[in-house]
Amino acid sequence: MTEKLKLAGHVEAINWNRIQDDKDVEVWNRLVNNFWLPEKIPLSNDVQSWNTLTEAEKLLTMRVFTGLTLLDTLQGTVGAVSLIPDAITPHEEAVYTNIAFMESVHAKSYSSIFSTLASTKDIDEAFRWSTENENLQKKAQIIESYYYGEDPLKRKIASTLLESFLFYSGFYLPMYWSSRAKLTNTADLIRLIIRDEAVHGYYIGYKFQKGLEKVSEERRQELKDYTFELMFELYENEVQYTHDLYDGVGLAEDVKKFLHYNANKALMNLGYEAMFPASVTDVNPAILSALSPNADENHDFFSGSGSSYVIGKAVNTEDEDWDF
Amino acid sequence: MPTSALARSRVHDNAIAAEVHTKNNLIYFSSASGYTHRFAEKLDLECARIPLKSHEPHLVADEPFVLLLPTYGGEKGERSIPPQVVKFLNDARNRHLIAGVIGAGNTNFGTAYCLAARKIAAKCNVPLLYKFELMGTPEDVTRVHQGLEVFWTRKSQNLK
Repeated sequence: MTEKLKLAGHVEAINWNRIQDDKDVEVWNRLVNNFWLPEKIPLSNDVQSWNTLTEAEKLLTMRVFTGLTLLDTLQGTVGAVSLIPDAITPHEEAVYTNIAFMESVHAKSYSSIFSTLASTKDIDEAFRWSTENENLQKKAQIIESYYYGEDPLKRKIASTLLESFLFYSGFYLPMYWSSRAKLTNTADLIRLIIRDEAVHGYYIGYKFQKGLEKVSEERRQELKDYTFELMFELYENEVQYTHDLYDGVGLAEDVKKFLHYNANKALMNLGYEAMFPASVTDVNPAILSALSPNADENHDFFSGSGSSYVIGKAVNTEDEDWDF
Repeated sequence: MPTSALARSRVHDNAIAAEVHTKNNLIYFSSASGYTHRFAEKLDLECARIPLKSHEPHLVADEPFVLLLPTYGGEKGERSIPPQVVKFLNDARNRHLIAGVIGAGNTNFGTAYCLAARKIAAKCNVPLLYKFELMGTPEDVTRVHQGLEVFWTRKSQNLK
């Protein structure tokens, strides 16, 4: 792409003492508190575990991570930056610069994983694969075309779907390894990325909905239709990509459930109802629990088997401003 | 105390004294992004919302209620409960009537998933009834709607 990205038209000194939208401050603070660097994760402890993987499993893992690297690079250098000119408040612009930088940290952290676990030759080979895989290239191109497009709300839709949906065909694998007690430090690092992407998707989706408040009913309908069309287009491609990656290890069907589950969450981040019914979003409990140890949700209190919930689980309740 | 400070403190007390009472059995908190609000709307039950801004009147429960809230907060989960909810529960009248908690959240936050709801359940010694993500799927809405109905029916039978 050679078109120039539009820059913010007019810049005024940002005054953090005059806040128009409290969400900007809340999310800025959240992102700053969540800041991390890959160097803080002891990835080298995974070397032994890496050596227990088969060649096919190693190859799959490398390819998954180069795919994720591509998406984070796209989001860091184009995606988050392309949202700046349409920001409603100056603080929103600042939040996007934080998001852009963090995406570059994510992109770099995959290289930390590679350099710890693999040889230069294997790394180069995996990057070559990522430039040649049609479905991976296609998903990047679809999103990129909207970043360079004229419609600011469609840019936010594309960005939210990238943050909240497109990463998950890749995120599945480190969660899978983690559930089998493999590459657990790598999984810790990926969990930090997953947490960041949730804040990014939430915020961009929120700003999208703020934008919707200002447009006509007709335009709202157009954007809703557009969102679901784009989701279908990306979904079809994700299914192909998932088969490319996971057919060799027999995990494609399991990954697809994870895709459905996350597609629903991406739509919800944009304020739309979930699209995939519960019958196809029943993510493998081992994967869900690798993602969140508290998501063990087959036994809720309402279903009658949740007696363990009657007594609150061991949580620190004292870090709030209680008067009792 | 100088008179001006006294006058100011009175105004402040008056502001705090402004109250709204509710008999609804579902009370929820939702931030400006409104995901939890939308879940509450989909439940189609009489409910009351904890005020977002400090200048709004304080909410007081007159009947037993289930509290529905999302989780906020940092990496270690500190201050994951919105300050408005802490203020609401710091009122003894409210916390004596809380009967259960429902949490909204996102599994992407790992161990902090629905942490605010878990904390309140533990602190107030009431059951954590259900957890769901973002604004909830249609299945979540059905389960919570039916679950609450059974929950309150059992409660009223136990009281007899």
